[in-house]
Amino acid sequence: MKIAVASGKGGTGKTTVATSLAWVLAQNGLSVRYLDCDVEQPNAHFFLKPEFENTQPVYAPVPKVDEQLCTGCGECGKLCRFSAILCLGSTVMTFPEMCHGCNGCALVCEPGAISYTGRLLGEIETGAGLGGVAFVQGTLRIGEAMAPPLIRAVRKNTADEQITLLDAPPGTSCPVVTTMEGCDFVVLVTEPTPFGLHDLSLAVETVRAINLPMGIVINRMGIGDDRVNRYAAQEGIEILAQIPDSRQVAQAYSRGELMVAGIDDWPPIFESLYANIQKILAARSKEPTP
Amino acid sequence: MKELVIISGKGGTGKTSVTAAFALLADDAVIVDADVDAADMHLLAQPKILHEEDFFGGSKAIINQNLCSSCGLCIEHCAFDAISNDFVVKTIGCEGCGVCVHVCPENAIDFPKRLSGRWFVSNTRFGSMVHARLGIAEENSGKLVALVRSKGRELAQKQGAGLMLTDGPPGIGCPVIAAVTGASAVLIVTEPTVSGNHDMERTAKLARHFGVEALVAVNKEDLNPQVSAQIAQYALDNNMTFLGGIPYDKDVTRAMVEGKSVVEFSSGPATTAIKTLWEKIVNHLAAMPDPM
Repeated sequence: MKIAVASGKGGTGKTTVATSLAWVLAQNGLSVRYLDCDVEQPNAHFFLKPEFENTQPVYAPVPKVDEQLCTGCGECGKLCRFSAILCLGSTVMTFPEMCHGCNGCALVCEPGAISYTGRLLGEIETGAGLGGVAFVQGTLRIGEAMAPPLIRAVRKNTADEQITLLDAPPGTSCPVVTTMEGCDFVVLVTEPTPFGLHDLSLAVETVRAINLPMGIVINRMGIGDDRVNRYAAQEGIEILAQIPDSRQVAQAYSRGELMVAGIDDWPPIFESLYANIQKILAARSKEPTP
Repeated sequence: MKELVIISGKGGTGKTSVTAAFALLADDAVIVDADVDAADMHLLAQPKILHEEDFFGGSKAIINQNLCSSCGLCIEHCAFDAISNDFVVKTIGCEGCGVCVHVCPENAIDFPKRLSGRWFVSNTRFGSMVHARLGIAEENSGKLVALVRSKGRELAQKQGAGLMLTDGPPGIGCPVIAAVTGASAVLIVTEPTVSGNHDMERTAKLARHFGVEALVAVNKEDLNPQVSAQIAQYALDNNMTFLGGIPYDKDVTRAMVEGKSVVEFSSGPATTAIKTLWEKIVNHLAAMPDPM
């Protein structure tokens, strides 16, 4: 089963929830894989403390023009929608950082002057984390604009574990959708504040757009008001867990400690969170498909 | 005219709360909310919209089933696996490259510009504000970020404003690059946690990569004084200006719940610290040459 943990708003506790859930499930004897898909700012490694055994660079294909073969016809520049290849008379210039890798330029090049070279997107590291969680993280190269192709590469690092947790980036656009697509369930982590609710409602619409089952975790209960609870009731979305605000937890987080391993009343919160996911999925599978 | 872009690397460090406070403290700033896929500034600013327009991002392919001969060339050439076996383009997944349009022998594929969001010019008690709303699960957030910044710049020039305050998105990818390139300076608002520190460093490197000066401030500085000190040291070692910190103050969230900025809600420790930071920023910007 693949569970994505997302949030809309950043800093609501997505990584805390995902790493805690991974550890608790592993403690309960399940085989667990963790994919840190927040490739712009991967942080889960601070908490699951993997020992990386393998590092792989990831490249995106970008065009390279053989000037000997190029006839200056200009077809490649006409086709490219991303301003990654530009024809000025008989000179062809490429802008590798703009390239989306559609292969269109090579396709239209009659003399076959275009081949491919790589643009470094970032790297993928794998290793075993705390509790035996199989850990995979992608790290976007600084200056690289496109996270989705690296996220897709991270997602290819799957095996036959019982549970795969995908730690999503914040927001509601392509990197988030790339992380959530094809998952079985989405956990949305929020906080009980106006910003938390507003961004949660955007995240809910995103999950609905790709038609996946979801539930809400409210973190830092007590800092705001009950607007998220009211919203969840109104929208018919289950609240999977509520985590109280705690200075002690915030301080442990600041040091990179996996809180769930050190606070006795935390593991049951995540056990019941997982049980709630199973309940929702079981109820869905009984529903007649339309 | 100068532009200060407030970014954070890590989400949820208090970027928007700090920007809103600065907006109130600034005399003649134009505000831009460039966090277009989770824009929150309007929740505090309660804008009165004066002007709004559709935003068209890239194009997406649509196959006309009446003309399609099911030859399969489009599926074969789509690098993004965005066309199903029954010749329907998956809207989420289509990158908008137009290769299918080119290879289709029946001219059966339309390629219309896609309505991807909306942008606004508003009046607020903070001053004039340009903001936007990216459609759900849409792409091209970088283009929309660039658009709201350029509209903000036009407005600032028209009003003779000396400063544009831009609330940026989290991360270091496409929308952030679109938010920082060409800015006078960025302010990185971080938090004293191992994650906040790590993300601040990656964000500082991004600013350096694009040749933009970076200032650093630590929110909730008392949460972990040791990490706060590490952040200040990193700034010092890397020729960045460390402006100082803001102590944890429950009034920040209390103010937000009331739809207010902390500086108009309380005169507590966060407000005092934010005012001190703002003074330093004003002096810092005044000492910079005016490029625009």
